[in-house]
Amino acid sequence: MSITEDEARKVAHLARIAVADADLPALAQDLNGILHFMEQLNEVDVEGVEPMTGVEPMRLKRRADVVTDGEQQDLVLKNAPDAREGFFAVPKVVE
Amino acid sequence: MSDLNKLTIAGARDALAKGETTAVELTEACISAIDASGALNAFVHNTPDMAREMAAAADARIKAGNAAPMTGIPVGVKDLFCVKGVPSQSASRILEGFLPQYESTVTQNLWDQGAVMLGKLNQDEFGMGSSTENSVYGATVNPWKLGDGVERTAGGSSGGSAAAVAADLCLGATATDTGGSIRQPAAFTGTVGLRPTYGRVSRWGVIAYASSLDQAGPITKTVRDAAIMLGAMASVDAKDSTSADRPVPDYEAALTGDIRGKKIGIPREYRIDGLSDEIDRLWNRTAEMLRDAGAEVVDISLPHAKYALPAYYVIAPAEASSNLARYDGVRYGRRAKLGAGDGVVEMYEKTRAEGFGPEVQRRVMIGTYVLSAGFYDAYYNRARKVRALIKRDFDQAYASGVDAILAPTTPSAAFPLGSANKGNPVEMYLNDVFTVTLNLAGLPGISVPMGLDRQGMPLGMQLIGRPWDEGGLLNLAQSLETAAGFTAKPARWW
Repeated sequence: MSITEDEARKVAHLARIAVADADLPALAQDLNGILHFMEQLNEVDVEGVEPMTGVEPMRLKRRADVVTDGEQQDLVLKNAPDAREGFFAVPKVVE
Repeated sequence: MSDLNKLTIAGARDALAKGETTAVELTEACISAIDASGALNAFVHNTPDMAREMAAAADARIKAGNAAPMTGIPVGVKDLFCVKGVPSQSASRILEGFLPQYESTVTQNLWDQGAVMLGKLNQDEFGMGSSTENSVYGATVNPWKLGDGVERTAGGSSGGSAAAVAADLCLGATATDTGGSIRQPAAFTGTVGLRPTYGRVSRWGVIAYASSLDQAGPITKTVRDAAIMLGAMASVDAKDSTSADRPVPDYEAALTGDIRGKKIGIPREYRIDGLSDEIDRLWNRTAEMLRDAGAEVVDISLPHAKYALPAYYVIAPAEASSNLARYDGVRYGRRAKLGAGDGVVEMYEKTRAEGFGPEVQRRVMIGTYVLSAGFYDAYYNRARKVRALIKRDFDQAYASGVDAILAPTTPSAAFPLGSANKGNPVEMYLNDVFTVTLNLAGLPGISVPMGLDRQGMPLGMQLIGRPWDEGGLLNLAQSLETAAGFTAKPARWW
C-alpha cells in the first residue's frame, strides 16, 4: 500500500493539521516509510486471535450514578485562549 | 554535611531521621545545583519558592515525629505531570501558558508524603521520542561527556529526569514509560529506571500519549531508592479506571538480597543483528552474576518479539491521535493567530500545525490513517491481535516457571545529539526494540547500570518481571547492582 500526495492531504485534514502543498510530497514519503515498516505485521498468522483490549482481564470499575464534582466554571475556563461571559469563544462556525 | 544533593533518597532519609541534616539544607543544595546546570537543559520550569516552603513544612513534620519515607526528599517532576499552578506542557508549544487547576495523583501522593518539588523536567514532546530532542525547550544534554567533547543524548522521552538524577540536581525524579521512556534514559545516564506493571500507578493528571501503554515510575540513583519512590508514587485511585485494586506492598522490605533458586529467562529472539558486541558480552556477564548469586539461568523463546516494534508503532500513534484531538485551541493552551474570515476549521488546523512539533504531527497523522475507514482492520486490529500474541509469549514463559527475563535495555550506548534527526523516523524507532515488548504486555521492567563501555559511556541491563511482582524484580535488580558495583559518576563540565 502506498500513500499518494492526495491521500496525505486528506489524512492531514482528518487530523486537522494544516500542511502546505509544497510539504505534501515529503509527508507522503514519511508516512509511506512508516507504513512499509508496519507491513511486517502481515507475516504473522492471527487467525482466530482476539484483538487485545487491555493488559489485565478486569471489569471496568463502576460507581454510583451520582454527582461527585462540579460548580467549577471559573477553573474550567481559566486556561481558555478566549472565554467570554462564562463560555469558550470560537470563530464563526456557521455562515 | 557537604554535597547534600549527592545523597541517595535512602541516605537522605536516614540523615534526616538522625537530625544530621534538614530538608531545608537538602533543598538549598539541590537549588544551587540546578541553578548551575543550565548547560544540561534538564530542568525547564524551576519552583524554588515552592520548594523552600515545602522543605520547611517537611522539617516541621520530621520534628513532630510523623515523617513518611519521602518526607523532605527533593525531587524533580517530568513536565507531563500536572502540578497545580505550575507550567505543565509535556514539552509542547500547544500547551504554552497552560497552568493546571488540579494535581496529578502521582505528584499528590509525593506531596502527601512530604516530598519537595524542585521543578519540571525536560522530555520529548508528549513522550514521543527517544532522545529528548523533540522538545519545545530544546534538547537535554547527557551529563556524561567524554574526552571527544561530543554532546550526547540523555535518552528519551524522560531525558530530563535521567539527566537531573545523574547530575545530582535532585535525589529522584518522576518519569513515564510508554515504549521505553524510563528505562532507555536510565541506561544512557547510569541511573536506575523502573517501569511498573500497567495499572500500578495512577494515570490521573498525567498528560496522555497512548493510554493503554503509559505508566509512570521513578528514575533514581539506586535500586533501593526506586523501591522507596515507587512505594510513594503508587496507589489505588478511583480517578483512573485502569488503576488496579491491589494494595501497595512495602517494596523496600522485598530487598532481601537472597535470589537463590530464582529462574531467569534469556530470550533467544533478542540476540538481534546489529547488537554491539560489548552489549552482548555484558549480557553474558550479567547472566553469570545472577548464576553466581544462586539463580538459575535458562533459555526461553518469545517468538513474536520481532513484531513488537511495528505493532507498537500502529497502536501508540492510533491512541495518540485520539488523545491529542483535545488540543484544539479552544479549551486550553495556545491558539494560532487567525486571518480575516478564518472559521473554526482553520483555527483547528493552524493551531495544531503551529503547536505540534514534526514528530507529534507525524504520529497523529499515522494514527489517523490506521484508524480511518478501510484501514482499521488491516492495521489497527491486526496490530491488536499481534499484541495479544506478544502477551501470550510472556504468559507462557512465566507459566513455565521463569521469575524474570534478562535482556539489554538498549542496542547501544547514548548516541550524539543531532544524529537521530538526520536518519529516517523508522531508524529512530529501532532504539526501542528491547523496551517496547513489555509495554505491549503491560509488564514491569527495570534498567540497572552495569558498567561503562570502551569509550566510557554507561550501559544498562534490563530485567522484566511478572505482573505485580515489582518487589521480586527490585530484589533481583539489587542483586545485580551489588554484583556490578557501578559507582562511576559523570565528571562535571556544566
